[in-house]
Parts: sequence; structure tokens; C-alpha cells
Amino acid sequence: MSNKPYRLAQGGSHIDRTQRVHFTFDGKPLTGFAGDTLASAVMASGSRLFGRSFKYHRPRGIVGLGSEEMNALVGVGDGARHEPNLRATQVELFDGLHAVSQNRWPSLTFDVGAINSRFSRFLPGGFYYKTFMWPQSFWKHVYEPLIRRSAGLGKAPEGRDPDSYEQIHVHCDVLVVGGGLAGLTAAKAAAASGAKVLLADENPELGGMGDLTAGSINGACVIDHAKVIAAELLDADNAHVLRRSTVVGHWHHNYLMIFERVGDHDPALLASGAPRHRLWKVRAKQVIMATGAIERPIAFANNDRPGIMLASAASALVERYGVAPGVNGIVFTNNDNAYLTALSLKKAGITVRVVDSRARADGTLIERTKSEGIEVSMGSVISAVEGSMGVTGVRVAAYRRGQGRVITERKIACDFIAMSGGFNPALHLWCHNGGKIKFDDGLQSFRPDQHHDAVMAVGAANGTMDVAATVGEAQMAGEAAAKAVFPKARFPKFKSPEIKEPSRAPLEPLWFAPATGKYNEGNKHFIDFQNDVTVADLELAQREGYESVEHTKRYTTFGMATDQGKTSNINGLGVVSEATGKSIPEIGVTTFRPPYSPFSFGSIAGVLTKDLFLPVRCTPAYQWHVDRGATFEPVGQWRRAYTYTGNGEDRQASINREILAVRHKVGLLDASTLGKIEIKGPDAAEFLDRIYTNTFSTLKVGKCRYGLMMNELGFLTDDGVTVRLAEDHFLMHTTSGGADRIAAWLEEWLQTEWTQYKVFVTPVTEQWAQFAIAGPRARNVLAKLAPDFDISHEAFPHMSFREGKLGAYPVRVFRISFSGEQSYEVATPANLGRGLWDAIMDVGQELGIEPYGTEALHVLRAEKGFIVVGDETDGTTTPIDVGLDGLVSKKKPDFIGKRSLEQSYLKGPYRKQLVGLLTEEASEVLPDGAYAVRVVKDKPPMEMIGQVTSSYYSPTLERSIAMALIENGRARMGETLSFPVEGNKVIRAKIVDPVFYDKEGVRQNV
Amino acid sequence: MKSRYSIFSIARNAMNFHKDWERAWRSPEPKAEYDAVIVGAGGHGLATAYYLAKNHKMTNIAIVEKGWLGGGNTGRNTTIIRSNYLQDSSIAIYELARSLYEGLSKELNYNVMFSPRGVLMLCQTEHELRAFKRTAHANRLAGLDCRMITPGEVKEIVPIINDDPACRYPILGAYYQPRGGTGRHDAVAWGYARGADSMGVDVIQNCEVTNIIREGGKVVGLATSRGVIKTKKVGVVTAGNVSGLMQRAGIRMPIESLCLQALVSEPIKPVLDCVVMANTVHGYISQSDKGELVIGGGTDPYNNYSQRGSFPSLEHTVTALVETFPIISRLRMLRLWGGIVDMTGDRSPIISKTDVEGLYVNCGWGTGGFKAIPGSGYVFADTIANDRPHKIAVPFGLSRFAEGRLIDESVAAAVAH
Amino acid sequence: MLLVHCPVCGAEGDETDFHGGGQAHVRRPATHDPANVGDAAQGEYLFMRHNARGLHFERWRCDRSCGKWFHAARDTVTMEFKAFYGITELPPRALMEAATGEWAAYFKDKLAAGKSS
Repeated sequence: MSNKPYRLAQGGSHIDRTQRVHFTFDGKPLTGFAGDTLASAVMASGSRLFGRSFKYHRPRGIVGLGSEEMNALVGVGDGARHEPNLRATQVELFDGLHAVSQNRWPSLTFDVGAINSRFSRFLPGGFYYKTFMWPQSFWKHVYEPLIRRSAGLGKAPEGRDPDSYEQIHVHCDVLVVGGGLAGLTAAKAAAASGAKVLLADENPELGGMGDLTAGSINGACVIDHAKVIAAELLDADNAHVLRRSTVVGHWHHNYLMIFERVGDHDPALLASGAPRHRLWKVRAKQVIMATGAIERPIAFANNDRPGIMLASAASALVERYGVAPGVNGIVFTNNDNAYLTALSLKKAGITVRVVDSRARADGTLIERTKSEGIEVSMGSVISAVEGSMGVTGVRVAAYRRGQGRVITERKIACDFIAMSGGFNPALHLWCHNGGKIKFDDGLQSFRPDQHHDAVMAVGAANGTMDVAATVGEAQMAGEAAAKAVFPKARFPKFKSPEIKEPSRAPLEPLWFAPATGKYNEGNKHFIDFQNDVTVADLELAQREGYESVEHTKRYTTFGMATDQGKTSNINGLGVVSEATGKSIPEIGVTTFRPPYSPFSFGSIAGVLTKDLFLPVRCTPAYQWHVDRGATFEPVGQWRRAYTYTGNGEDRQASINREILAVRHKVGLLDASTLGKIEIKGPDAAEFLDRIYTNTFSTLKVGKCRYGLMMNELGFLTDDGVTVRLAEDHFLMHTTSGGADRIAAWLEEWLQTEWTQYKVFVTPVTEQWAQFAIAGPRARNVLAKLAPDFDISHEAFPHMSFREGKLGAYPVRVFRISFSGEQSYEVATPANLGRGLWDAIMDVGQELGIEPYGTEALHVLRAEKGFIVVGDETDGTTTPIDVGLDGLVSKKKPDFIGKRSLEQSYLKGPYRKQLVGLLTEEASEVLPDGAYAVRVVKDKPPMEMIGQVTSSYYSPTLERSIAMALIENGRARMGETLSFPVEGNKVIRAKIVDPVFYDKEGVRQNV
Repeated sequence: MKSRYSIFSIARNAMNFHKDWERAWRSPEPKAEYDAVIVGAGGHGLATAYYLAKNHKMTNIAIVEKGWLGGGNTGRNTTIIRSNYLQDSSIAIYELARSLYEGLSKELNYNVMFSPRGVLMLCQTEHELRAFKRTAHANRLAGLDCRMITPGEVKEIVPIINDDPACRYPILGAYYQPRGGTGRHDAVAWGYARGADSMGVDVIQNCEVTNIIREGGKVVGLATSRGVIKTKKVGVVTAGNVSGLMQRAGIRMPIESLCLQALVSEPIKPVLDCVVMANTVHGYISQSDKGELVIGGGTDPYNNYSQRGSFPSLEHTVTALVETFPIISRLRMLRLWGGIVDMTGDRSPIISKTDVEGLYVNCGWGTGGFKAIPGSGYVFADTIANDRPHKIAVPFGLSRFAEGRLIDESVAAAVAH
Repeated sequence: MLLVHCPVCGAEGDETDFHGGGQAHVRRPATHDPANVGDAAQGEYLFMRHNARGLHFERWRCDRSCGKWFHAARDTVTMEFKAFYGITELPPRALMEAATGEWAAYFKDKLAAGKSS
């Protein structure tokens, strides 16, 4: 690296020369000052080189001064804290910062990938669509792996992110986007009315480009005036100012998101527990876009060499950081603004010349430049750049607008170039939600037109480039926004300040500067620097018919780099315009999409990670199951005990033990997750008749009935037992997963279809703990709990209900059975749930009670041939398919799904019907979901006739059992089917009745 | 016939600085009459035109597009290609498409970058595991190369996945189709356009169809922004915009147009070498050749023709993926976009004749159309050419909605991407 | 992120506080004459949708506040809500008149009969 004195003796509004900051870049220890960016500090050390380009791996330095930077992308931080692809121009320096360059191997100065540059002639835009096709397998195995390895910029971090993120929701009257002169003025004007104002700016410092703007306001320079307003806003109670905060997107109905970088620049703050990023979700009544403008590069031969940057970037280096871009520079421009750069370079003692493509232009800035003795060559362009790792000189040639090649050239030695092709209003946010734009000939760029949301644009974002007009329109916009919110708002009389600024000559479009030979013969005029898209590539796209601007973009990838075309977009359109003879508005722009600049996935997840990702719903007895060492399974948002393997036995053993306990002694199941919905009102019974396939209006008070629900398509959607608590009052049970869905669904029917019904629907799932006591000794257990009601079989038969007390516990007891055994489901208020569970286990001890989990439950019900909606049904299964025709009313004129069930297709014999299966080999358990085939062949395809829906080993029957949906199954009883499973194995099983145990159902009825 | 693309043609053209490449497709004016006109130059429409010309020798045809070819969902999707569906009729069309993709670059002499890098569908609940086991059995017997894999195998294939068994949705296994993968979406459209054009098909962009002209229940032509075009056969392939156009021909469609969004991260060096779908948490992710993580999720819950979505659905997806792939927390979202997807009542597509003679429709691909493009075009071309549904297209007829003959893939617990 | 207004309880909030319920004014034939519903009519009711580009009419539910269903008129291109009205009501007359395509056909006789909310 060079030792030239790149840190100027004085100057640098952003830096504090008293505070040295130590950091490393590619392992090399360096020092800078507090307030430096990584870019300015590295430049101060004399280095120009920051990274390598995407396709050709050409050496690159910085071009921009902020988020528009496309070349100087670096990785910052180590290990799990590493973050790739950061713009060096935005990385604030801090002590101990570790940064690395990217996309180079082995080193930045020597990069093997640069070989691509040698062959660039053979890699025109879109070349990969034309080759790598032969042989077929090579794409996946040879070409693509190479391409993937060489692409991809930086490296991902290693491991889980140690930092935290948060989100905040706010409503405001006026959101001002951008804290430059325009934004500050508008915010102050709006706030003066008392409106709640939020202002967000991307940078650490407010004032925008004020410090790089010519002119004065009330005698003060622009930036000082801006800072005074900023200070006032920071004091105002009704205004909030965010710095390091990028408004990343604008969505429907003025919903915007602000990405605040809270701790990136300050490890101490992070260490103190502050979030790294904060995502603001803002609903604004009015939005004022003061997003400024972005300078355009100029496309000239080898315009990507390190040391070639935007004029505004060169000015910023000098004015903000006291860093010299070089010792001997050239300002290359087509407009007056860059002359400011020339002047500040001169002032800093740097040799500078101006090359201006305009034949003639006279503005006060040009005059002042000449009077300062700076050489100005009008009607000239840079036609070539010498040097590869940096700039050593240029060739300058005479030029007239539209000229295709240059003739006479002269050589000038220099070590940097500051270029300006004009300015593009930053329209991204304006366009995110469909704001219209129009082309402005003066700017040779687009500016805001109409917007269907309450949005205004002011200042450079609106194409207003001079100070006086900016202050005027910003003031008006601020007042207008406040008035729109508070029509009666009063404003202090606005006294427009006295503003002096230089006169400006119009710019002349310069989409590319010609070189010797033809610009598209070998020379590289870069339009999109990061993606290495040149003028020649864009012209090739036109020749090949990719004329739509979207085709051009996608074919050449211009505008698709991490800067999303901030600097390349309009330049590209300009080139296409000259190549096709169409005007830029005719060509049109590509769509602006969020985000304005990239923001972290971590901030999108916010706090919703790890345990908070999706909280678990717990039943009142949950902790008991945990203590007992249950293994759990997620059921909806719940976690239910799958089986109690606490005593170290394996899963299958504990499941079998639990099943046999229920069959021979007694078991206890936590059924609290079961959906519970109370349905009350004079029309409750009639309503249920519409909801269920079977009839509930005939149900006697105190009785339970199993019900089936179809959706309107005629397919089973839920089932469960409903009890009639009173004439006008029912309690419906649903599946655990279905509770919320069914409750909402009932509401929907009541409110939108049968609005005449007087019915209330109240979900009460969480209000009750519910336990199933099942097994031959169930009643004995119940008796020991001191019921205050008669529990004899006669007084309390199967499918009936009692409300009363078990000792101290108020309970609802349902004598219903999903196991086929004598069974009581006991419900008590949730807060008493754990107590009752303990009490039952306690009194149950001597009767040999054992807790059982969901898997035992499933086997028990399968032994009885009871279906589980979601296992035996899959969303295309009707009640008839599962053999429950008997539960589908023939009498009721209408209920949900009735009409669809009559559709021709749902009645045919080819429907799959529920059957039982017994494997020939009793110990062999069919795999879940295995398919039966019509004919076994030695290889696929084979015609499938149905699938296993549930399959278990039944310890009760000491053999495997299965349920299946088989084409026309009920007519095939006794038939043996073949199930070809993995490993060319065929399992044969006989079709039987799906009820395997206690067909008469006596056990539950004693 | 066009001059062939190859490494040699590139070298040859390099000598002259690539000034002599011919157009990939012409930009013709509409003729007064064609034997058939395809409406909508997305992937499905272009493939249809291509196979009409290639398989059925119908070369006096045109494909008209209101905007730029490939500008709809073809150029907006996450390019996932797989065929491991549950229902036979779905397997048939998606597997035909997948197998055509395998040879497509060669067939079209245009590199569509089909990359069979594997599609992996995570099982994160017992129920999902059961559902995929069933699909695995069905697919195996249908002859698909797919299999269930263990959590350990998942971790080997996807090292960055969160394999903590204590996490909210632990990885219980996955359903794996090694020969599924991704392709380059634009290239598919461009390749078919170039191929069709080279056989004489007129690809007409910036030409909006305003009406379908009928006489006595038959199609006789199209009214377009560039004048009337006479034709006896019209194939409508306009995805999210199908309802309005068909309605002008007096046909109601079982379609709702919703917004589906996708996003990409900034490019990073390779970390993910296959497509991962996490249906329980509604997210799917892959890494493009450029290095961007390509992420998609579910649709917004209301009708939308704006191609601009709402943030919550993406937020839900990203949150889930940060939990599933913790390293992405510090990566950044580069760009998000939306497309208008055409959802049918059973979430399966429509490839059908209509009550109007000479009018055919291909739509309803919803959130998963890209993977079907070659197969869809292949059977739709056959349907149009022979005026009867191709056997693979039969189950996808419009009449199924009245008969209740639905093709419900939601059964397979997989979101259809 | 749409900003939705509940005409029943007056709550205003993000779309995530509400629930979109699809096309409004879908007639369920079985409710009116269960004995005489043809396959075509049933298919129509279950699957055929207006899917208007532009002015559209749909159902929403106020999930986080009153829990009530209501109707909304919304432009499906600009996403602007044009009106919120009761679940048993028809849209304001001006909107029925502004409706196009299948919606215009649907509202024709309603307008003739002088109905509206």
C-alpha cells in the first residue's frame, strides 16, 4: 500500500481527531478517527482497493458515499457475529472492528477469479443461456458447481445469532422520510401545528447533503441552517427523530417500515443488552418523501478502476472525513454541481482539472472554478483510463453530443477521478405502493407524479434541485400534511428566509463517453458495476430481441445487484434509448420493489425466536406429565403426553402397558385439550341439526350423542360428543386440533347464513380440565371420589351426563367411551384441574390406575374400529366412505354438506370405503399409509386401490390390526389384499370388519 | 431454423464483438388470420405454442401477450420443480413436466439451467410424518424416485438446519425427491419463445386481447389492441387474469386471484444445496446459482390484482425460517415481489375444453405452476390440436366442479409449490 | 398491510386483526330450496367466483374486537376500501351502480327493485 498523505492536515466535519480508533481490514491493523466510516479510514491509509466485482472479479474501490455504494462490500465481525455484504461507506468505525474484503481468492490484490476478466470477450451478457448445455448431466455436476462457487459475494455467519432484535408499532400523523434540508423543513412545518411527527434518516448525522450544497440561508451555510432545525425538532415533544434508520418499504394504506440500526456501530451498547436492530412498523396518516437524489456515474472506458468515484463521494471524503481521494484528480461532469467538488478539492490543496462534456455552459460555479485557476476543458470527455489496480492517468478527447468514437486524445496523469452524470431523485419509496412518475428533461431522469395514497415528495426527491425552491415546497408540504390531519390547525406565520445560491447551466445527457475504436469493441463502459454489466451488454440484449426493459434487465442482470440499480437504472435506460432510438419514457422503468436497501431477517423475526417462536399451550395437569417423564407430541398448539416412559421402559412397552391397564384395570387420560363449545339459545337445537349430519333436536336433556360434521363439499371435517345440558343449552366436544376452527365456523354460519337463529356460541375449551377414567374399574374410582349423585349403571347409563360434585370438586361427568370400556369423562374448572387429577390418581392407586397417553388412546379406539378424523379421513372422505351412513340423516331437509354428498361422484362404488385388515403374519404390523395394489408387478407402476389409515400392534388381541380405505371395500370382505412395501416386500392382509374387539359393545355398557 | 447456440458460436461471435447474434425471436405484426391463437405468453402459453408447432405441426399460429413475454408468474416464482404429489392425476402431469425439464435445455438449445439438486420436504409433526409416509408409498408404487429420510440424513444434506430435538417443531424426518430441483424461470420462457419462433410461430408482445369473438357458440376470432385476429381455435392461458377474459366469452371460472410473494436475500457463498420445504411453518427456501437465498411462503388472504402483497404473510415465513435456519438471522432481505396467482376451489389446475366450440382454457396453477410448464403445454397443445382432452388432462376438466370430482392435494399436507 | 374498519363495533386496525372471508353475497341454494338444487347450481355456489378486477365485494370478520362478520367493498387493484356495510346489507347504491362485469349483473335487479344499504 502507498504511504501518501491521504489524511488531510485539517478539515473533516464528521471526525474527531482527538479519538484514535483501531481496526483491521483483511487482517491488517489500521487506525482511523472516531466518526470515520470504514471507507474513509481505509482510504486515509492510502488504500484504494475494497473488493472484487461479481462476474469478472475486477478490482474495485468505493464509488458512492452511502447506501448507493455497489463496489465496496465487506464482511464485518467474526464467527456467529459475522455479517457479509456491508457497504464500507455505511460501516461506522469502532475500536476492534474486524472487516474483510469479499469475493476474492486467495487475496484482494491477487485474485485467481480475475482470470474471468481475461476471457471477458467470451462472456457477453447472457452467455450462460447459450452454452453449458452439453452433455446434459454436466450442468448439475460440473458447470453449475463452478458457477455457484465463484458467485455469491460474502460468506454467511457460523452458528446462531447471539444478538437480539425487536419491533415496535407506532401511529403518527406525519412521517417524514429523510433528514436533509427538505425533510427537516417539512417536519418542522408540520410539527408547528402540534401534529405528531416522526422523521427517519438513514445516516448517523442529520442534514443530508446540506454540507455539500452551495449557497446560504439567512447568511448561514445550508448545513448550519439545517442543524438548527434538527436541534429544534429533537427538543419538540410532538416530534420524534430517528437516525441510522432507513425507511425500507411503503405498503398499502400508508403502512411503512423503518429499519433502525441500533447497535451495529457500538459494541458496548450491544453488550449492555440493547437490540442490534429495531424494526419500526408505522401507520402514518400523511407521508412526506424527502429522500433526496442519487448522483449518476458516467459510462466511460474502464470507469470502474479503483479511485474513480462519484463527485459527491469525493467531496464527502474531503469535507466530512478530511481524507484526500488522491493527490491529483480529474472532475468529469456534464453538469454544474461537480464544480463544487473541484472547488473543495482545490481548497484542500489537491491538484484538480475539470473535464466537462458540454460544449459550453456558464454558471457562477464554473466562473468561480476558472477564477480559482482550475483548468476546465469544455466539450471534452475521458476516453480511456490507465492503470488497473488504481488510476495512473486518463486520455481526454474532444467530444460533441452523440459522437460515437473519438479521434484526437491527450494524456493526462492523475490518480483519481470524480465523476458526475447528474442526479436521480430517489423514487424507490414513492413507487413501492404504486406512485406514478414522469420524465423530467431538465434532470434527464424521472420524478414523482401522482400517488393514490396520502404521500407528497419534496426537495431533490421531487426533482427540486435548488435551495430556495426546496425550502418553499417543503414548508408548504409540511403545513399541507398537518392540515390534512387537523383541518383546523393553526400555523405560525412562515417568514421565508433570505437564500443565496449560484446560478446553474443546464446539464447535457451523457449516457456513455466514446473511446478510441468503438465503445463496444473491447472497451468496458460499466453501467452496473457490481454485476459487471457494460454498455455493450445492454446493446447486445437489444440486438437479440430482449427489448422490453424487463427483458434487458433480466438478460443482462443490470439493476439486480445489491444496490438494486440505485446508480445504474437511469444510465442503463439512457444507453438503451440511444441504441433503440426510443425515448426513455417510451422504454419505461423496471418496477421498484421493497426494500429500499437490504435489512436483516433477524429484525423481521424480532423477538419471535427460540421459546417465543410459537408458545406452547399447556393443560392444567401438564407439569404432572412432565414430572412423570412423559414423551410428548405436538397437537395443534398443545403438547400432549404421547406415552409415559418414565420408568425407563421403551415406547412400545409403555404403550402396551397403558392399553392393558385400561382393558383390565383402569386408566386415566388428560383429555383437557378436547375442544369444548357451549351453544345456547332458543334455536340451538335447530342450529345443531344444520351443523351435524345427524339429528340433535331429538336428544333428551342430560343425554350425550356422537355427531359428525361435514364441510359444504360433503367431506368429514370434525366429530365429537355433544351433550344437551338443558332444552336450549348444548355442550359440543370437538377434536383437539379443531376447537378454534369449529368455533369460528359455527359463528360464520350463524352470522352469515342463518342469521334468524337466536343462538350464542361460546368456546370454553380452556375453562375446563377434563380427564377420562376408563376401564372395568372406572366406576369404582368414581365412587371413591365421593360423588354427590347416583353413579349406578341404571341411574347413570352409557351416553348420559351428570353435573354435581366429586368431594370438593364441582364437576360435569360424561359417561362416554372412546376406548370401548366403561368410561367417565370428568370435567372440572381449569384452576381445580391439577387437584382433581392428583385426587383421581390418589384414590385410583389401590385399583391399579395408570395414566395413559395419546398413542394408547389411538390403539384402544382402533381395536374398537372408531375413526379419528384426520387419520381415517383426509379431507376427501365422506361419512359413507367410513361406514357411518347411519349417522347421516335421511329426514332433515338441509344440513351442511348434504347436497354435495348427493353429487354423482360421491356415491359411486369406486369410492374407497373403510375396512379392517388382518395381516397373514399376526406379528407383522402394516406400515402407516401403505397402499394396496390391484395386481402385484415386479416393478412400478402398479395400480393402487386404497391405503392403510391406521395400523398398530394390539396387545389386547396379541396381533397386528389395521384400518384402511379400500376401493369398494365393504363388498370385498374376506378378500386378501397385497401391500408392496419398501424393499420389494409384499405384505398380505385380509379384509375384515373394522371392529376388532367387543363387537357387541357390552364392555362400555356395564 | 435458428443458428445453434454453443460454446463455439460464442467464440465465433466474440471475434466480432458479438455484433452478429440474430434475434432470439422476431417481433412480427399480427396476421389477419391464424389456425390457432394462444392468449398469454407466459411459460404455459409459450410451451403450448411450441408443442402445437412441434408435435402437431400447427405452425400458422400466434401467441399474443399484453405485456412482455414471461412477465407474469413465470418470471416471479421460486422455480421449484418436483412431482411428488399424492393424487395419481397430479403425479401424471407433474412427472411428465419434470421428465421433460430434464431434457429441455438440449431440446430447446437454450440453457434453462434445470438443476436436479433435490427437493426435501420436512416433517415437523407426527401428523405430517404420517401424511408423507403415505405419499411416499403412493409415489413409490407410481414409479417415482422418492424416499423418506431420517433426521440424521436431513442434517447431512442441509447442514445449516436447526436439528435441536427440543425446538418447537423438531425435524422428525423428511420426504426427499432427489431428482426434483430448480430451473432458471426466465430462460424457460425465452427458450420456448425462441423455439416456437424458429418454427414459424408469431410471438406477438404488447398486444392485449379485449374480447373473444363468437358466432353461434363457436370462436371466430379475437379483438385485440392491435386489431381483430381471425381464428377458429383459441387457447386462453392467462393465469390470474383468466376470469375477466373468459367471462367475456360467457364462461364463469372457479378462480380467485390472490397475491403470492417471494423474496431473495443478498448473495452469499453456497450454504444450501437443495430445496427445503417446511410446510408446517409455511416456508420454503433454496439458494440460486447467483448465491441469493430464494424464499417463498403462502398467499395473502384476499383478492389482489396489484402484484403488490402485504407484509404479514412474508413476515410469518421469514420468522419460521429464521427458527429453522438460524444463520440467516444476520443475512438481509434484498428484494421482495408479488405475483397474481389463480387459485381454484380444489387448488388443482384446469386444462379443459369449454362450452364454446374452439375455446380452450389452461389455468388454475395457483402457487405451483412453474414446475408444470412443459407438461402443461404438452397436454394442452394435444387437447387443442385434437379437440379432445389429452388423457392426462381429463381429470383437470372444468366439469369436475359440478360433479364433485375434486383433485384435492391439501390431503398430502403439502403446500403446492 | 390493509387498514380495515369494522362497521359493527367501530374498531379500526391492521388486516391481521381481521379475517378475510372471500366473495360477498354468495347465495347458498340449499338454504332456500334444498329439494331442488341441481349439480350445476351447487357447483356454482361452491366454486364459481366473481373475482373482479377493480371494484369487488367481500366478507370480513372483526377477529380481535367484536367478532362480527361484515361486508366490504374494495378495489382489488389499488386495494382501497370503498365502503364497509352490514353482513345482511347490500352495498351503497352508488357502488352497486359503479360495479362492473358479473357484479353489475348481480346488482341489476337489486337496483331495479330500489334496494341498497
